[in-house]
Amino acid sequence: MLHDTPVPIDTVSHGRTLPAEETLLSVRNLKKVYSTDGGDIEAVRDLTFDLGKNELTCLVGPSGSGKTTLLKCIAGLLAPTSGEVVLDGKVVTAPPKKMAVVFQEYGRSLFPWLRVADNVELPLKNAGVPKARRTELVEEALANVGLDHVPRSYPWQLSGGMQQRVAIARAIAYQPEVLLMDEPFAAVDAQTRADLEDLVRKVRKTLGLSVLFVTHDIDESVYLGERVIMLSSSPTVVQEDLVVDLPEERDQLETRSMPRFTELRHHVYEQIQLAKRGFRPDVAATK
Amino acid sequence: MKKAFVTLGFALGLPAILVVLWWIATTVSPSFFVPTPGELIVTFVETWFGPRLWVDILPSIARFGIGVVIAIVAGILLGMLVGLNRDLRAFTEPVFEFFRALPPPVLIPVLLLLFGPTDWMKVFIIVLAAIWPVLLNTIEGVRAADPVQTETSRSYGISGLNRVRYQVLPSAAPQILAGVRQSLPIGLILMVISEMFSSSSGLGFSIIQFQRRFAIPEMWSGILVLGLIGFAVAAVFRYVERRILRWYHGLKELENAA
Ligand SMILES: Nc1ncnc2c1ncn2[C@@H]1O[C@H](COP(=O)(O)OP(=O)(O)OP(=O)(O)O)[C@@H](O)[C@H]1O
Ligand SMILES: [Mg+2]
Repeated sequence: MLHDTPVPIDTVSHGRTLPAEETLLSVRNLKKVYSTDGGDIEAVRDLTFDLGKNELTCLVGPSGSGKTTLLKCIAGLLAPTSGEVVLDGKVVTAPPKKMAVVFQEYGRSLFPWLRVADNVELPLKNAGVPKARRTELVEEALANVGLDHVPRSYPWQLSGGMQQRVAIARAIAYQPEVLLMDEPFAAVDAQTRADLEDLVRKVRKTLGLSVLFVTHDIDESVYLGERVIMLSSSPTVVQEDLVVDLPEERDQLETRSMPRFTELRHHVYEQIQLAKRGFRPDVAATK
Repeated sequence: MKKAFVTLGFALGLPAILVVLWWIATTVSPSFFVPTPGELIVTFVETWFGPRLWVDILPSIARFGIGVVIAIVAGILLGMLVGLNRDLRAFTEPVFEFFRALPPPVLIPVLLLLFGPTDWMKVFIIVLAAIWPVLLNTIEGVRAADPVQTETSRSYGISGLNRVRYQVLPSAAPQILAGVRQSLPIGLILMVISEMFSSSSGLGFSIIQFQRRFAIPEMWSGILVLGLIGFAVAAVFRYVERRILRWYHGLKELENAA
């Protein structure tokens, strides 16, 4: 068989913007400067990109590049210094009802005085969802993450991977349109991690969510995402925005052994190395 | 079964030894000022299982109970308010520290002049003394709320009173209850002292009366009643605390095992 010319990688050195009808969430010229006693820290300089409906986008970047900061701005937990986040045409100023966050410190984000099922139920109870519907949603969410056998346990009685699944169950029971996940699998073992990755893809599909998934694991970003946004080192801008043209159905063994997977992974790896060495598209563009 | 006996033996061992020593000492060299264990028991039953139960013990317990409950509720409410508001905290902290440093019994003469020797004055003095540990611990507990938990609440739209109820109060509960534990004996002490100062009934009043009339065994039996009340209060507290903080003790046990 002929070896044809390599398929070009679909990538641009800025964040993609989408037509309004495909867009669920827009980030526009987002900048965040922390004012501290030791002076100002510019965590995010200028970020612009859109997230499409029912899209799973991965966000990678070196440690300290402001990924968590960006996520908190999107979630309405932090006010941007300038720029804005728009969800469904409305500027985000407070945590929106349609959004759920899975925090990097998932262990601490579960309430230790509540049992697993009560943790998952709490946001629904607070939102005034009727009891019967709540029970249904909680059971469904726990079944979805494979934890329907431990509803009466306390979170601290569970392993790290299980706690993380509780946090995910709580997020999906809340029925968000957008799910933000901040390095959710950083602290779990490889096997659990693979299971959780497939879980995220599965619930994304069955529930029709849009997911923004922050990770510093390059393999994970290519395996999970339909798109990978790479951030530069701090002060942060978008380094590259890449479309992952792998088949829709992902499989831990098959997908990861595809030549295309290797190519994309290779590319992302190079970009991250560039970012770590301080290459910046904004500086390169002005030269 | 055997293990239970051993545990019981350990728990009762020291009290038994002390009683025996006391019995030997008072039998070998009888003293007018110290009754034998047998005398004390007889006097105890004769003195307190009669009208005095209604006239002295129950009113004392009622004053203590009402005062302590008001102190706990007010301490928690005020502590929540102050703990959740940084400005209010900075504004009130020095004053709180001052009042806490004041030995509460010195307020009794002042309050006596202001309110007279009424029951409410005694309740009030118990509240004034017992509120500080609860108040300051609540402020501290609320202030120390885990920022990740707080962000979780915010991101799920849990705010205002719901946040207090679902997050702030339970997360501060261990610290609040540590404050309550300190405030209970303080309440008991102030109950006795306020009754010694001014009263026509109550345990503190009776003990002083007995002492003045040289009714020594009766005086000792009053002390025994106080000790038993203190013991019962501590036991009830331990039971309630175990129930409310089951999660906390489980968590700590796990952390210590690791
Ligand atoms: N609350 C804060 N106050 C001041 N500076 C902060 C604060 N939070 C983060 N920063 C700073 O902002 C920068 C970006 O931090 P951020 O946590 O967003 O990075 P990150 O990409 O999530 O890192 P990691 O991969 O380690 O989680 C860092 O330099 C950090 O020190
Ligand atoms: Mg982070």
